[in-house]
Amino acid sequence: MSIVTVQLGQCGNQIGHEVFNAICSDVHGTHGLCSKKENESYHDACKERFFSEEESEVPVARAVLVDMEPKVISQTLSIAARSGYWKYDDRSHFCQKQGSGNNWANGYSVHGPRHKEVIMNLVQKEAEKCDRLGGFFTIMSMAGGTGSGLGAFVTQCLRDAFPTSFILNHVIWPYGTGEVIVQNYNSVLTLSHLYRSSDALLVHENDVIHKICAQLMKIKQISFRDVNQVIAHQLGSVFQPTYTAEGGLHYSRNPLGDLMETLVPHPEFKMLGLRNIPQMPENSLPYSTFSWPGLIKHLRQMLIANAKMEEGIDWQVRPPQLGFSIPSSHSTNKPMHFNTSIANLVILRGKDMHNVDLGSFRDPSLYTSWLNPQDAFNAWKTPRAFNKYEKSASLVSNSQFLLKPLDNVVGKAWNMFASKAYIHQYTKFGIEEEDFLDSFTALEQVISSYTIL
Amino acid sequence: PVSLPFAVGQCGNQVGCRFWDLALREHAAVNKKGIYDESLSSFFRNVDTRSGGDGPDIYKGKICSLKARALLIDMEEGVVNEILQGPLRDVFDSKQLITDVSGSGNNWAVGHKLYGYQYRENIVEKLRKTAEHCDCLQCFFIIHSMGGGTGSGLGTFVLHLLEDEFPEVYRFVTSVYPSGEDDVITSPYNSVLAMKELNEHADCVLPIENESLFDIVNKIHQMINSGKLGSTVKQNSLVTSSAGSTKTVQEKPFDAMNNIVANLLLNLTSSARFEGSLNMDLNEISMNLVPFPRLHYLVSSLTPLYTLADVNVPSRRLDQMFSDAFSRDHQLIQADPKHSLYLACALLVRGNVQVSDLRRNIERLKPSLHFVSWNQEGWKTGLCSVPPVGHSHSLLALANNTCVKPTFIELKDRFMKLYKKKAHLHHYLHIDGMEQSCFSEAVSSLSDLIEEYNELDATKGGPRTDPSRLKIAV
Repeated sequence: MSIVTVQLGQCGNQIGHEVFNAICSDVHGTHGLCSKKENESYHDACKERFFSEEESEVPVARAVLVDMEPKVISQTLSIAARSGYWKYDDRSHFCQKQGSGNNWANGYSVHGPRHKEVIMNLVQKEAEKCDRLGGFFTIMSMAGGTGSGLGAFVTQCLRDAFPTSFILNHVIWPYGTGEVIVQNYNSVLTLSHLYRSSDALLVHENDVIHKICAQLMKIKQISFRDVNQVIAHQLGSVFQPTYTAEGGLHYSRNPLGDLMETLVPHPEFKMLGLRNIPQMPENSLPYSTFSWPGLIKHLRQMLIANAKMEEGIDWQVRPPQLGFSIPSSHSTNKPMHFNTSIANLVILRGKDMHNVDLGSFRDPSLYTSWLNPQDAFNAWKTPRAFNKYEKSASLVSNSQFLLKPLDNVVGKAWNMFASKAYIHQYTKFGIEEEDFLDSFTALEQVISSYTIL
Repeated sequence: PVSLPFAVGQCGNQVGCRFWDLALREHAAVNKKGIYDESLSSFFRNVDTRSGGDGPDIYKGKICSLKARALLIDMEEGVVNEILQGPLRDVFDSKQLITDVSGSGNNWAVGHKLYGYQYRENIVEKLRKTAEHCDCLQCFFIIHSMGGGTGSGLGTFVLHLLEDEFPEVYRFVTSVYPSGEDDVITSPYNSVLAMKELNEHADCVLPIENESLFDIVNKIHQMINSGKLGSTVKQNSLVTSSAGSTKTVQEKPFDAMNNIVANLLLNLTSSARFEGSLNMDLNEISMNLVPFPRLHYLVSSLTPLYTLADVNVPSRRLDQMFSDAFSRDHQLIQADPKHSLYLACALLVRGNVQVSDLRRNIERLKPSLHFVSWNQEGWKTGLCSVPPVGHSHSLLALANNTCVKPTFIELKDRFMKLYKKKAHLHHYLHIDGMEQSCFSEAVSSLSDLIEEYNELDATKGGPRTDPSRLKIAV
């Protein structure tokens, strides 16, 4: 089954481009460390998922590029084509001249309805190219105007036009100290709207990735390209082919569906966080070795302690002891800073992953009580190494990972809203104070739900 | 997206002339192949002049003849004629000019009421023709001075007209404010009358004060002549320089000062014209820097003022650029944003600067700046890959900051000095459409604005109580 990617706005298009790059470079790399047959299976599965083979020699990404100004798309198309390994379909993009002015209302209420038909036609064309459509993957930032506002509108349209397809929104959380002054407003409006139409939101925070670039990748002058490449690597580590069943003979054909099934048991809980280890500069890779038990141990502690990366993990945090009364929302039994999970997915790529002991992730004390521990945890694996890492482990988690960031953004937005600053810029395009209040209410509900886990 | 500058009055046209010249220089430096591209189309049309005169527009391919998208308006002919006889004559054609002979006599009422009424049709017609050639008109720039008659009066008339005829297009105004020693006695009247129009009809105003421009010019002269600089300064990198443009001889000190303003406009529009990892368009500037409609006055600063010839940029020097942007002597008005209250701040960086450089410097400078309680992290940032001519990197800072208040208070004081004695009032009142109420309303509008800034200043340093959040029933 194939995934159609929708790249929205400057951020969405810049990241989307790096994602296809990472996937392609992984597939063409010689570091698979597995049998030729395995490699070919992997290659085929990946191609079917992300690329279509048309008259052209080079695989064509299954993607629709949307932006309200022309510069980024124009660059993205030409750089991709120059790589010689893959390209975008020359017709599969839509842009305008004006931009959205960082205004969510402009993106959602003006550009959305105005360009709905053209954009959905492009999406329909890509969907038709797929033998079997596995769902949609949208990439957007929530800080600006196009990715956020138009992105929310397009997601709604996708839901209406494809009611039975899976929709996964990849959302970029902006740096805490501004890239955009009204980013918290735009974020609140985006998240509340996406929550209604999307199946799940997979989040990357710029601040976190920036730290990874600085401390783990040891990059001195970090550019957005560096940030985007780390994000692309992490996404690739989730979406490249895997076996989802123990002893499975074929690479899974329905990655989005599988993801939703394992991680989103309840529509109130859609916020997914992503961790991937190890991360290091490419030139350090030949000198490093990792053991699966070591990686699993680190990943588990990152989950429990809500660590954003593999350095600076708080090893003091422990799960609550079972045998005490089951923690209720007002209980003080729960240790401080412990990150409660609803469901987790661990993905292992690389040699000798067959007998890795994942029992520590099945520990019921990590989870809320409403799912069976067997159902709350899943593992996907492949012996095929990913992107030059001999072994890599990823965690996609539906847990309290994003509770604090969400609370922060809502708090800052509320603080600004109380002064009514910038509201005239939104009402100008049809988003009223009541719309803001609805969004705040919706997100406070989500925050509350995640808090009392 | 297209930006359409209107140069109105003597000052406006002198600055405008420098602007077009430096814009050509900037694009020539980037566009080696002579292909008419998207970035050129922001300011220039590409016209087929092979069969003589004004042919059709060419949208792609080689550059044939570049024509500036502009309207030049002056009620005296001197400055505009000079432009049309100078090296830029081929960049403009007569259809873009609106001139008269006698000038406005430094009288806002003559500019606004008399000439406004007289030339309205003409201006609208030429405006529409110019707009027709624009694929996507995003922004109007008005470049003018506040103290005279034409730039001030007719300039603000045009502003109002633009709002009526093209309500969806943003209106940015670059206004040169008169100093206390201005030799035009009635400049306070003209400025306050113009301020009311700016309050009501502009989306963003970038106030400029000649004293600040003059101080910067002096500072550069001193640096160059003092021999303090180890290596030579790159001439074309000076923010005051015309080097490499069509103007080979820098005559009046005004040329240097006008170049600074021209560079301001080039930097402001750079991210809309050239690519970068975090684009910042003009509509984004308006969106992020104007939290309440009338608080749209932005203090600007440009750094660096010059580059030394050596190419390597240690990050210490890069960080110095950020520090300078917040220093009092780099601001283009007499103001000190560091000691007043920020409502919002934008940083547009050009050249070889990455997001980590931005973040590091914001973190470093934040603690010494005061931001209003509801916008503690009020930073808007942009990264444009293409640096200005002669530089490897540069920074434009735009601050919505209460430090504009003293400028407005002084203006009001000078106005009141004259108004109380009814000095020179008759020159204005005998113009059709002018009444005493025009004056009282104008000063009232200015007072209200000052009061808004006062109220904000009163919150500075006060205790912060965050509003309580919505409670959700569990």
